[in-house]
Amino acid sequence: MHQQERPLLTIKNLNKQFGCGCSHCRDTQGHNLEDNYCPVCGTVYACRNVSLKVYPAEILGVVGESGSGKSTLLRCLYFDQDSTSGEGYIHGYNEGRTNIFTETSQQKNYIRNHLLGMVYQNPYLGLRMNFSSVGNIAEKLIGAGNRKVDFMAARAQELLAAVNIPTYRMKEAPEKFSGGMQQRVQIAKALSNNPPLLLLDEVTTGLDLSVQANVLDLIKVIQRDLKIGMIVVSHDLAVIRMLTDRTIVMLNGRIIEHGLTDQVLEDPQHAYTQQLVYSLL
Amino acid sequence: MMKKYNFAFFDEGSKREIRRATLKAIAIPGYQVPFASREMPIARGWGTGGLQLTLSLIGRDDIIKVIDQGADESVNAVNIKKLIISTTGVQDTEKTAEATLIQSRHRIPEVELREDQIIVLQVPLPEPLRTIEPSEYKTKKLHADQDYNGIWLMLFEQIMKHGRMSTGADHPVQVHGRYIMAPSPIPRFDNQKLNDSKTLTLLGAGREKKIYAVPPYTKVQSLAFADYPFTVEDMSAKVCRLCGTTGVYMDELFDRDTEETYYQCNDVSYCLQRENKEMDDLR
Ligand SMILES: Nc1ncnc2c1ncn2[C@@H]1O[C@H](COP(=O)(O)OP(=O)(O)OP(=O)(O)O)[C@@H](O)[C@H]1O
Ligand SMILES: [Mg+2]
Ligand SMILES: [Zn+2]
Repeated sequence: MHQQERPLLTIKNLNKQFGCGCSHCRDTQGHNLEDNYCPVCGTVYACRNVSLKVYPAEILGVVGESGSGKSTLLRCLYFDQDSTSGEGYIHGYNEGRTNIFTETSQQKNYIRNHLLGMVYQNPYLGLRMNFSSVGNIAEKLIGAGNRKVDFMAARAQELLAAVNIPTYRMKEAPEKFSGGMQQRVQIAKALSNNPPLLLLDEVTTGLDLSVQANVLDLIKVIQRDLKIGMIVVSHDLAVIRMLTDRTIVMLNGRIIEHGLTDQVLEDPQHAYTQQLVYSLL
Repeated sequence: MMKKYNFAFFDEGSKREIRRATLKAIAIPGYQVPFASREMPIARGWGTGGLQLTLSLIGRDDIIKVIDQGADESVNAVNIKKLIISTTGVQDTEKTAEATLIQSRHRIPEVELREDQIIVLQVPLPEPLRTIEPSEYKTKKLHADQDYNGIWLMLFEQIMKHGRMSTGADHPVQVHGRYIMAPSPIPRFDNQKLNDSKTLTLLGAGREKKIYAVPPYTKVQSLAFADYPFTVEDMSAKVCRLCGTTGVYMDELFDRDTEETYYQCNDVSYCLQRENKEMDDLR
């Protein structure tokens, strides 16, 4: 179905390593690593040759065990971390012809503020906990160049209402909110500039089951109504099954399997994915 | 009793180093240049940043004026002035128009400054982004990236809370369309004097080891939103009890005997000159 469509995001051979590498681990395609780690020099190869595409209005799932590189992948995409090497192209920035990873940090800020939204696993990373919820959303609008207070306040209130934060609590700081409310404020903030691509890192981890369902419903509604492309990272296969169209499976920083979510979950090809899927049945 | 110092207290090498940082500051308007802040016979945080700038610049022909919150006579101003005079032998003045070099804390004089003058402002906290970002490493990066979301957010929050921007003194400015700068704790009333000023403004923070500058004829914009413009303290209806002036920055005082509030020019030398009718041709 995607064949004719232009991808929203294209990532080619993204690498992220922590540490400089050494003669033991460099240029060996990972043969000398223990999982993602060089036992000689201590370098961690958190993302290795990750290539993927996200199409408009599609939800791509990223699943994998703890430490497999999921958060690092998102942090590189959102420029929270510099990637070691690789290419990234996003539709809407220079018509998808410029490698976003090698742009200046000012231009990366532009991309981040205009084309991306991020919801962090830990809300403390995504929100200023002691600023008002309205202000947290305004910050993203300010970043995109808005200088009209009344417009920003109205937009923030509209978004907070959409994620079910009661009007009388909108001026409160997120530090006074429950975990589920904090995640909803993060989602409202991420949506404020109508970004074509939303990055969601374990949005439901650590939430009560009923609150989880509530946040997942919200994401489905957003996807249906706003037609935003998303990358949803989770190690919870139920979340992946419920939300995503296609899925990639990561292990030790590499993509070991990808396909339509139903296929990956019904008929996994890689031994690791089989183990992952069947252990949950 | 008199200890022998080099002219202007510091050795020539030290002065040259401060001047080099100053030149860099002038070349990059509003950018904070680090410098090796020296030990002084005055405690840090008492104007040593401004004093180091003054001493590095002063020549034998300069005429110095030192003011503290508008007053030439305050203890701090007098102490700084004494140190400058005793190590240089230069002349001093209280009249703004006569001075070639003016060191000031928390005010810019009411008399418009000229191209042949330099004003040095003492700065306690040079980093305008510090309230929103404690790490120096990160504020440097924010400036480099021109990422000023945080400080705009701070002003936005003030409007959410109080219905207006509630900065008192030290309202942040953007210099030459680039760096956001702390103008030092001058009242908002004085921010407008920085814009397109004929004079060179130098700012020095001794404790924080920073020098920055606004060159003459540079655009200095006070941060404000499109629908919440920048406003200054309203002085229009206030009349100085001593000299009868309006429209300059006033102190509000209270007379216990008559139980009346009254106003007085904060810039004392300006007030005196008005009283003595010396100012008519200057305004
Ligand atoms: N700043 C860092 N310095 C060194 N190693 C790091 C750093 N950040 C992450 N790593 C390593 O990179 C690897 C990938 O971590 P990452 O957080 O991306 O995993 P994840 O898949 O998100 O795991 P989880 O499911 O637990 O969130 C791990 O081995 C981790 O220890
Ligand atoms: Mg993670
Ligand atoms: Zn190694």
